[in-house]
Amino acid sequence: MIAMSATRAATTPKLPRLRAPLLFGMLLALFVLLAARSLYLQWIDNAFLQEQGSSRYSRDLEVPAHRGRILDRFGEPLAISTPVKAIWAWPEKVEATPGQLQALAVALELPPSALAAKLDANDDFVYLKRAVAPEVAAGIAALGIKGVHDDDEYRRYYPGGEVMSHILGFTGDRDVGQEGIELAQQAWLGGTPGGRRVIINRRGEVVEDVANIRSPREGRDLALSIDSRLQYLAYRELRAAVELNKAKAGGLVILDARTGEILALANLPSYNPNNRTRVARERMRNRALTDIFEPGSTLKPFTIAAALEAGKVQPSSVIDTAPGTLTIGKATIHDAHREGVLTVEQVVQKSSNVGAAQIALSLPPERMWSTLSGAGFGAPLKSGFPGEVSGRLRPAKSWRPIEQATMAYGHGISVNLVQLARAYTIFATDGELKPVTLFKEAGPVAGPPVLKAETARAVRHMLEMVVMPGGTAPKAQVPGYRVAGKTGTAHKLEGGTYINKFVASFVGFAPASNPRLIIAVMIDEPSGGQYYGGSVAAPVFSSVMGAALRLLGVPTDAPLSSILPPAEAAEVQEET
Amino acid sequence: MVKLNLLLLAALVFCALSLVTSRHQARKLFVELEREQKLARTYDVEFGQLQLEQSTWAMPARIENIAREQLKMQLPRPGRIQVVDGGSR
Repeated sequence: MIAMSATRAATTPKLPRLRAPLLFGMLLALFVLLAARSLYLQWIDNAFLQEQGSSRYSRDLEVPAHRGRILDRFGEPLAISTPVKAIWAWPEKVEATPGQLQALAVALELPPSALAAKLDANDDFVYLKRAVAPEVAAGIAALGIKGVHDDDEYRRYYPGGEVMSHILGFTGDRDVGQEGIELAQQAWLGGTPGGRRVIINRRGEVVEDVANIRSPREGRDLALSIDSRLQYLAYRELRAAVELNKAKAGGLVILDARTGEILALANLPSYNPNNRTRVARERMRNRALTDIFEPGSTLKPFTIAAALEAGKVQPSSVIDTAPGTLTIGKATIHDAHREGVLTVEQVVQKSSNVGAAQIALSLPPERMWSTLSGAGFGAPLKSGFPGEVSGRLRPAKSWRPIEQATMAYGHGISVNLVQLARAYTIFATDGELKPVTLFKEAGPVAGPPVLKAETARAVRHMLEMVVMPGGTAPKAQVPGYRVAGKTGTAHKLEGGTYINKFVASFVGFAPASNPRLIIAVMIDEPSGGQYYGGSVAAPVFSSVMGAALRLLGVPTDAPLSSILPPAEAAEVQEET
Repeated sequence: MVKLNLLLLAALVFCALSLVTSRHQARKLFVELEREQKLARTYDVEFGQLQLEQSTWAMPARIENIAREQLKMQLPRPGRIQVVDGGSR
């Protein structure tokens, strides 16, 4: 350009002298500007352009992480998460022919009117259906309806349904635990999704891993102590008993007497965790752990054990329970039937309130308190189950004589069912209180010694007498096995007074020669005519114990013919 | 001097080309790895579903029902059970 203007200068009139340098300077300035701008974009303000650039080829992908499974003690899955699809739509953007809508409604198993209502919604985002099977979602995607999309999500399935629901609990949105073990063990079970940055090609395929933003942490599997066969058995028998006795609720716990593991824990009423729409909160409570009740006569063996430990009585000591009443201050304790002179063993066998109260009153309160407290009453179970309650055992200093007397037969003290079952480990072993757990243990677990071995054996013998003729629970017998246990029939407390509603219970263990299982049964408000622990709860104990011992292959320790047909066995009605 | 430069140029071109091929190889292998990993995930999902199916079929309630209803099985009454002693244990 400059050269050109110079050649022209010869032929054309002379140009202003400054024009050429001026133009040259201006153009140079523009070039400098461009260079400066490009330098600026390259080195200083590069974030925006780099982001724009990388968005063309790089993607941040989520690396999904599974929630761990919950297994029973043999590895049978009790809860599994599987990926499903959530179908959602952006109603404004939906463009579909009537035929497509029809096909969509069929695929979603929704009535066409319900689908239309969802698509008419004035929202940016509406779920058409959640937890859709991946194959179904693929079919919907194949319809190619604009504005209808799907998202990955996980859904948790519980093959055991209502049988296990109270132990396992359930998960809510995004597969996060909301109840039961699912909630308590969220940190263990839950996975954390990871992220990675990748380079994709124009077909959307990942061609290179750039960086690992976050490693995913897979949820870990969790093995429970539950034996799903025993759990099913417990649930089936409990349900039959609750229906037969028209009861309000019921609970059943099976403990391993050697390790304290909870092998089964059934509650009624129950619910199906796979389909929780419109399930009352009430049905979701794990009553065996979260509800307390006054145990009644199932507590008598502990009173007797305290007296034996203190050396106040011997198993054969004689107690006069005539005339079947005992007055302390203004209150009177009754026996439902007069027994007269009983040995200490017979006080347990026939469940005499007066006898138990007399024995209790011979003890200093601290002595009795320490035995009850040693058996785990009034203290937390530490099962790790959410909402677990510990029951109540008041300090010995505050006991009045009448309270000490009623506590002897299980009133004025409250427990939960698992706590009651655990307390019986001191009789099933030689005085050891086993810690309970819902998680699988590798071998026998030692617990703190609470009783002398000879005391535990003496009480075990008394508990065996309970199921023999003349005891309160011949119906608890199991063919082929020696059984020990104790009935309980407690009036319920309502508004501070005892009313004519009952809690029938039975706690026992077998085989008595070498206890393997402890079973506690509780039936709340039986109203089918019968309400004694020996007639309502003991038969459940017997059928569950018999089948469970058979399932586990426990050798028999009594001749099969030893049993009396229940109808012929004399049954002593017990006190409340 | 020129010879050396030419030699270096040839080496450079060779290196550049092998970089391109190895890069290409790496991407191809990576795509393959991705595909296999995706497959592994689908199998994992399928495994979970099969496990679920298995445990649903194996529910004690269902087995008991079949045993009682279809196979007409029942528990023997106590009188009909004979216990065989475990021998010389």
